[in-house]
Amino acid sequence: MPDMEQAAVASGEPAGAQERYFVRFTRAQRYMHAVLFTTFLGLAATGLPMRFSQSAWARRFASGVGGFGAIIFFHKLFAVILTLAFLIHVREIFQRALVRREKGIFWGPTSMVGNWKDVKDLFGHLRWMVGLGPKPQFERYAYWEKFDYWAVFWGMVVIGFSGYAMWFAPFFARFLPGWALNAVLVIHSEEGLLAILFIFSIHFVNTHLRPDSFPMDLVIFTGVESEEEFKTKRPMEYQRIASEGKLETRISHAPALWLTNFSKVVGTIAILIGLTLLVLTLSAYFGS
Amino acid sequence: MRTVFSIPLVVAASVFLFLAAPGRAGAQTDCLACHSDAGIQDASGHSVGVDAPKFHSSIHGSLQCGDCHAAIKEYPHPDKVTPVQCETCHADEAAGLVGSVHASRAEHPCTSCHGDAHSIFPKSDPKSAVYPLNVPRTCGNCHGNGEMAKKHGLNNVYPLYLDSIHGFALSKEGLLVAANCQSCHGSHHILSHKDPASPTYKASVPKTCGNCHAGITADYMGGVHGKAVLAGKLDAPVCSDCHTAHAIEQPTASAFRMQSTPICGNCHKDKFSTYRDTFHSQLGSLGGYVETARCWDCHGAHEILPASDPRSPINKANLVQTCGRCHAGANLSFVQYQPHANARNRKLNPALYFIRLFMNLLLASVLSFFMIHTILWLIRSRYDQVKRRKAEGGKNA
Repeated sequence: MPDMEQAAVASGEPAGAQERYFVRFTRAQRYMHAVLFTTFLGLAATGLPMRFSQSAWARRFASGVGGFGAIIFFHKLFAVILTLAFLIHVREIFQRALVRREKGIFWGPTSMVGNWKDVKDLFGHLRWMVGLGPKPQFERYAYWEKFDYWAVFWGMVVIGFSGYAMWFAPFFARFLPGWALNAVLVIHSEEGLLAILFIFSIHFVNTHLRPDSFPMDLVIFTGVESEEEFKTKRPMEYQRIASEGKLETRISHAPALWLTNFSKVVGTIAILIGLTLLVLTLSAYFGS
Repeated sequence: MRTVFSIPLVVAASVFLFLAAPGRAGAQTDCLACHSDAGIQDASGHSVGVDAPKFHSSIHGSLQCGDCHAAIKEYPHPDKVTPVQCETCHADEAAGLVGSVHASRAEHPCTSCHGDAHSIFPKSDPKSAVYPLNVPRTCGNCHGNGEMAKKHGLNNVYPLYLDSIHGFALSKEGLLVAANCQSCHGSHHILSHKDPASPTYKASVPKTCGNCHAGITADYMGGVHGKAVLAGKLDAPVCSDCHTAHAIEQPTASAFRMQSTPICGNCHKDKFSTYRDTFHSQLGSLGGYVETARCWDCHGAHEILPASDPRSPINKANLVQTCGRCHAGANLSFVQYQPHANARNRKLNPALYFIRLFMNLLLASVLSFFMIHTILWLIRSRYDQVKRRKAEGGKNA
């Protein structure tokens, strides 16, 4: 990742006293995550009242924000922003693959594409959980992180397409059969529900709330993590970079105090909103 | 000089006057000599004073007291006199009261609606208690009393009426043509809505409303509901089943649109349930969003026709136009959309059924796998954490 080196050099924050810090995410990646989670929270908060429109909380929320006209407006607004972010991401993939001809984007240790090691890691990890083997040595992206990525990628395509098909139904009806207009709502709401349940329970716990990261993993906000954390969480990546002699290029500084605090506040708010929506979703799902 | 009055003539005149007096008992001037005193009371303390000028201007002002108080023949009259019998003159109205809900004279004397007996005005007079604009207040004297309504097992409809479109038209606009109580219930011969002879009996409601809403009623009678009612199928809705009887709202207003689909859903339960699965309902259920299609936006409101009828808005040939009212650019493919698709019904909607099944399986499998994965992971991480901290000599948590 060439951006990493730039980010490491560009960071002008004062160095930490003892510990070394390493760049994990570029500024662009952090911004992408920020756009992703704010629009996702917005889409979930405005989508759930529509999915569970018979719930008392949905109606109260709807009237609280100015009625349903407002809810659908914000839902569409967040959808458009997220679509733009998605398109920017796809453009970047194409650029890296076709223009810069980065082979590592589709295979190799830093790729998001699953490989045989991920399958072995999954079973190895499960064996380790029940005490039957050693903990797998994870590379840059562990198998559950790749799953998160592809779940979101597939989710955005499916939810986005079905959403736009409803938004511009007469236009889509020019090349879709009539029953597809019925299907897109089922797909949109079920896939949306899956995304919400997955992100607000599985992703939150796997990435932020589990004991190793509790209460949240700030690396996606600050972009850097300590050497110790880097070594424990992604030993193979650390060793690979060390053996390539490129550790120096990834060295950065401890995140500024304001950035850490800001990240904690934003992250806490996001997690609390997510958990609230999760509780409301479950109550509406099993209450109805 | 000639005397004008001879003594015998004076005596004769006096005797004549004296003898004639019983026949003239109840002449206004004689009675009012006492009864014009507003403070005058009978033995039981009821006021028996008469507001003479008001009485003179009333519809009965030219009558003599004795015409109504026929029992009083002479002065002084007994303390207790038999009550006035209005039916002596108003025989038709009295006949109407027989068998009505207000038949009991003791509980519902004429004055309970027509007001003070000595200030009764014709119903065209704004001073009258039964002037159209005054009728609701007059009926409300009793029917606006919650206790009274409860005692007789009636709904307390008076406040509902006042807030209804009829009540507003009457009280705010002063429309004489606005329906007041008696427009629907009649006046003297008021019958329970359970009585087939009553204008508020279910089968008669369309005709009653049609007295004013003639056009709508004609539409309604041509639709499936009207035909069913005409055929004696009283499960079918009449005007009041959808619009209510007393709390009638402007049907195009958002308040009515927001609460209206469950009204049709009361009978059309399966259609209501499938409607609820659609975007129309999901959007339409929440505060203030009134634009999405409600039942009658597609089916029509009064002249509801089966889809097989070429005039029905949901007839295949008319769908492009019907859907196109909201969805500009709707084409033949677009109108194949099923507004009542049931994703749980494999026979009716196989494609939708399997899509939903697939989505549910995907949801269930992904979530269950990762649920187990995450829980195991949590337990293992916590176990390691505790062990590590023990080794470091710190606290466990």
